[in-house]
Amino acid sequence: MTTDAPSFSVLGTTAALFEAPDAVMSLETQQRIWSLARETEKWPEVLEAVPGMNNLMLTFARAPRDIQGLRDRLLEAWGTVPPLALAGRVIELPVTYGGEGGPHMHDVIAHTGMSIDDVVELHCSPVYPVYALGSHPGYCYLGGMDPRIATPRRKVPVLRIPGGAVSIGGFQTGVSASAGPSGWNTIGSTDMAFFDPARDVPALLQPGDSIRFRVEKVIR
Amino acid sequence: MIEIVTAGALTTVQDRGRYGCMRWGVGSAGAMDGVALAIGNILLGNAEHRAAIEVQVFPFRVRFSSESAFAITGADCAAHLDGLALMPWSVHTARAGQELHLGTPQGGAVRTSRAYVCLPGGVDVPVVLHSRSTQLRGAFGGLEGRPLRQGDTLCAGTASSADKPGLLGLVPPDVALPLRCDGLAAVRVLPAAEYDKYTATSQAAFWRNAWKITPQSDRYGYRLSGDEPLKAVAPMEMRSHGIVPGVIQVPPDGQPIVQMRDAQPTGGYPKVGTVIEADLWRLGQAPIGSRIRFVETTWDAALDALDELQAWLADVGRQVGLHRNTRSAA
Repeated sequence: MTTDAPSFSVLGTTAALFEAPDAVMSLETQQRIWSLARETEKWPEVLEAVPGMNNLMLTFARAPRDIQGLRDRLLEAWGTVPPLALAGRVIELPVTYGGEGGPHMHDVIAHTGMSIDDVVELHCSPVYPVYALGSHPGYCYLGGMDPRIATPRRKVPVLRIPGGAVSIGGFQTGVSASAGPSGWNTIGSTDMAFFDPARDVPALLQPGDSIRFRVEKVIR
Repeated sequence: MIEIVTAGALTTVQDRGRYGCMRWGVGSAGAMDGVALAIGNILLGNAEHRAAIEVQVFPFRVRFSSESAFAITGADCAAHLDGLALMPWSVHTARAGQELHLGTPQGGAVRTSRAYVCLPGGVDVPVVLHSRSTQLRGAFGGLEGRPLRQGDTLCAGTASSADKPGLLGLVPPDVALPLRCDGLAAVRVLPAAEYDKYTATSQAAFWRNAWKITPQSDRYGYRLSGDEPLKAVAPMEMRSHGIVPGVIQVPPDGQPIVQMRDAQPTGGYPKVGTVIEADLWRLGQAPIGSRIRFVETTWDAALDALDELQAWLADVGRQVGLHRNTRSAA
């Protein structure tokens, strides 16, 4: 949830979640999240610092008894960390919008009241910075989607969408790296290997890299 | 070496789980009942990070191609070795050519659903990104990143030289550490960030009502069904954020989904609470069709529960060690 102050909550005794306060998701806030991750991953009680979309999850090596103390240190660190500008590569992905590979395009059209051409135009215009990885191995959460094509997540998650599915969930967009369940609206498809567990850094893209979608085809 | 003769859906190799890879989108996977796995490793004198076979669809049959000790823990599934009934939560020895058969879990005081077949030195599959657990979504870990099937062969790792404890009669964890609420299996829950965004009526219903584990439940998550779907005060559209096994999400239809071991490392549905780490194993054993209750707890009580569980496991380790020494001396 977005609020005026940063929020801190726990996920059982396994992890804690920090959420930045800004009402509008921004790259500058995300750069501070990356910075906060670098700082907090050195803390002894932290197993892993996992950036999300303008938020940060800390999983515990050992959950601290004094959880309020951790909260206070985290909020204090948030007040002092400088934005961390990560410069990366731009990857271009050819997309077939609509048709069999984009079964929920009609839901986005119905929700936004736009034509398929407008949705495609607004979706492929930006260069999307990778904010964070999550969901499944190699999947990238992207910032910078035009809010005019924002469409709520589906009421009931779809049990299986294929790898390479380009989708919209709320104010976010992304590309699935492998087949699996999803609550997002799939509007198109692309073809790219995003993950190789045999590599030292197994994910193709990292925070700071960017994606540009190129229209391969629009199926109306 | 063992050969799989019959394996149902989603029989997988699992260890404690894969940690430190969430930043690449890799969830933890790992045993649904981490306590049963831990006891299997203790019984065989294995290090705690060793992997076992998790069985959740029965019957399951394996043939031993050489003499080997093994342990069966978790669900009491009428294990037989060449027709001879085996005591659960114990170490046994199979001769070359003998066949182990696991049947449908028995109804006891508490119904259970997953059994672990543990080998000396653990199941020897390659370590991928720090773990042997099968990552089904990423198709790596375990045996070729997939469920086991007929004809697969698996080797045991390097066994410790410790004597096997033999028949011991361990008190199963659900008997030693019982947790029931109005006659139903219960798990303790810490409220999560969006708990306060639900109506007072829904908050009360969450704790008061029984929740049925629907057939759309698996290692990814348990989709629950209750008489009163949970209603938020206002609709919420969340930013994607990290989640862990145990997180209870509420999609717009108001029927909660508990994230389990194959859960994604991130999510975007509102979270009403999280099943505490100390109780995740209980949920891992709750069968489809059974009903569970959520019991509210506090941060301190949740950590106490984790300490209690770890102390109990340490005690089991001491008992097994003592038994081993007694046998050696005899």
